[in-house]
Amino acid sequence: MFSREYSESLTLGLVMVGVLLLMWLLNGSQFVTIGNLQSMAFQLPELGILSLAMMITMLTAGINLSIIASANLCGIVTALILTRYVTPETAGAETMALVVLAIAAGLLTSVIIGLLNGALIAIVDVSPILATLGTMTLLNGVAIVVTKGYVISGLPEPVRFIGNGVVLGIPTPMIIFIVCAAVMALLLNRTRLGVNIYMIGSNPTACYFAGVNNAAVLMKTYLISGLYAGIAAIIMISRFNSAKADYGESYLLLTVLASVLGGTSAAGGFGKVSDLVIALIILQLVSSGLNLLQISNFLTLAIWGIILISVMVVNHVTQQYRERRVTA
Amino acid sequence: MKKWLRRHETYVFLVIVLFSIIITSQNASFLTLENLFDLLKSYSFLGILAIGVLFVLISGGIDISFTAVATVAMYVMAIATIQYGGNMLTAFLIACSVGVALGLINAVIIYVFNIHSIITTIATLNIFYGVLTVLSGGKWIYGFPTWFREFADRRVLTLTNEAGVQYGLSTITLIWLAILIMAWVILRYTTLGRGLYAMGGNPDSAARVGFNIFRLQMFVYAFMGFLAGIAGVIQALLVQTVAPNSIVGKELDVLAAVVLGGASLFGGTGTLLGTMLGVALIAVMSNGLTMMRVPSFWYNVFIGLIIIISVSASAYRRRQRERRMIAVEAE
Repeated sequence: MFSREYSESLTLGLVMVGVLLLMWLLNGSQFVTIGNLQSMAFQLPELGILSLAMMITMLTAGINLSIIASANLCGIVTALILTRYVTPETAGAETMALVVLAIAAGLLTSVIIGLLNGALIAIVDVSPILATLGTMTLLNGVAIVVTKGYVISGLPEPVRFIGNGVVLGIPTPMIIFIVCAAVMALLLNRTRLGVNIYMIGSNPTACYFAGVNNAAVLMKTYLISGLYAGIAAIIMISRFNSAKADYGESYLLLTVLASVLGGTSAAGGFGKVSDLVIALIILQLVSSGLNLLQISNFLTLAIWGIILISVMVVNHVTQQYRERRVTA
Repeated sequence: MKKWLRRHETYVFLVIVLFSIIITSQNASFLTLENLFDLLKSYSFLGILAIGVLFVLISGGIDISFTAVATVAMYVMAIATIQYGGNMLTAFLIACSVGVALGLINAVIIYVFNIHSIITTIATLNIFYGVLTVLSGGKWIYGFPTWFREFADRRVLTLTNEAGVQYGLSTITLIWLAILIMAWVILRYTTLGRGLYAMGGNPDSAARVGFNIFRLQMFVYAFMGFLAGIAGVIQALLVQTVAPNSIVGKELDVLAAVVLGGASLFGGTGTLLGTMLGVALIAVMSNGLTMMRVPSFWYNVFIGLIIIISVSASAYRRRQRERRMIAVEAE
């Protein structure tokens, strides 16, 4: 009756509504206050943008284990420039210029990291999990060497606005996330690169013989993944008002969890940005809801795991049911 | 000779020898029996987990959850031991049963619902770890019985250095060695072991020749859990405290050691010799940096570079091999 993708989106949507109702029921009216909605909108973007960075590599049947390490390194580069050159004496315009420059340097770092990953995977032909395991360790090492393990803190006001500001009632990180998600959706659905990314994930050999330059597509994929990690880094340092070599390490496996919950296949070729966004909302609803009930964050992790396995089981069962009907 | 040059293990071994020479030239106390015995004791934990990960990789799967499994096993063992007493044997038995049970949960989810092993184990890592931390309240556990503390210092072979300090081959190292021999026999001389290679190479063919894939999966994840249980006890022996976050987060380090040893993530290949060399390389690296008084924050830079160079070299040699095969087919 339904196509596979449609039925998976439906399952996800139902889970979202179910979780929303459950959390509403458990927390009462305090769950849907402006304050709580806003705090959810502040928390979601970090994991959200990092998950987009993870997802695009998973579409090509790859993975990027280095996103958190790259995000931290980019954050450190930006924070170092800011704390070194922006002093209370620097004037408004000069501060703005330095902020833009520092962010540009951070994003440039992320692009270089993306190219390094891309080169290892596309040209040297190392499997993505191994290549990024290596760069993850290396980048983390570089970040520790640069900072000697210390925290770099005290960022100027304009930078703090990126992570903590509100425009027309919407938190700035949320606006950045919406733009990132929209750009990713357009890229995947409306451009040749997007089609090629899905094709490589489904069947790299067929894709190659269809005249696609696989290496170039993979390079671009990891470049975009790196860039998104860099954008997440700017939000992270702004929200923490500091940068450090080991921030957000627990996010790594969670980005895979979010992507897979959002229907992205680990074998490549399948996954939609809209479903990922729904998955992120589910995770955020659970996390905020349990937090309001003052339940430990660790139980939230466990429940996220249970939701992931349950959704995968439901998808598996419905798919088998459909196959059986087809053969009958 | 030519056969040796083609093997990944040879290169890892040469790199270890090269590092050892450099480190010894800087600090002569690196190449002493005392340091060797010390490393063999403190790296038993990593070494035992690496054997389990190797088995999973050979079978074509991957396991991320073993650190959480080891933590849960360690906790249950510690609480039971402190509450009800017992001895070393019961401590290992309790931890291993917990490990095997949690491993079987992984195997059932992976096989019955056909969910990719990396996704299953990322989910179960969070579930096991989350539930444990909530139930234990994140508390550290101290105060093991005397016999538990004494076992950690027990040696099979005791020597005395010039300063009069005793050192020697720890019993913990012997446990590692025993597991290594068991794993070697399983992989090399049993149908079970050959079945793991077959399943990792091609699960469909393995099923057609008559291997029971579900049973193999159960074995491999239960074995990983069993070793995680042992590793959990060893961690408790080495540090004499139990903390919820002392093991979780190290899963990729263990994976890195196994990968340095040449195991492939596509399944069907990998040797115990390579894995142990991978562990040795990491041990020599980190110990050597300390011995050469390099600040410890350089450690990850070196490990990262070594991983990148190693996997790039394997990829390069794989492509060369493929090219040769294509050339032969063309003739």
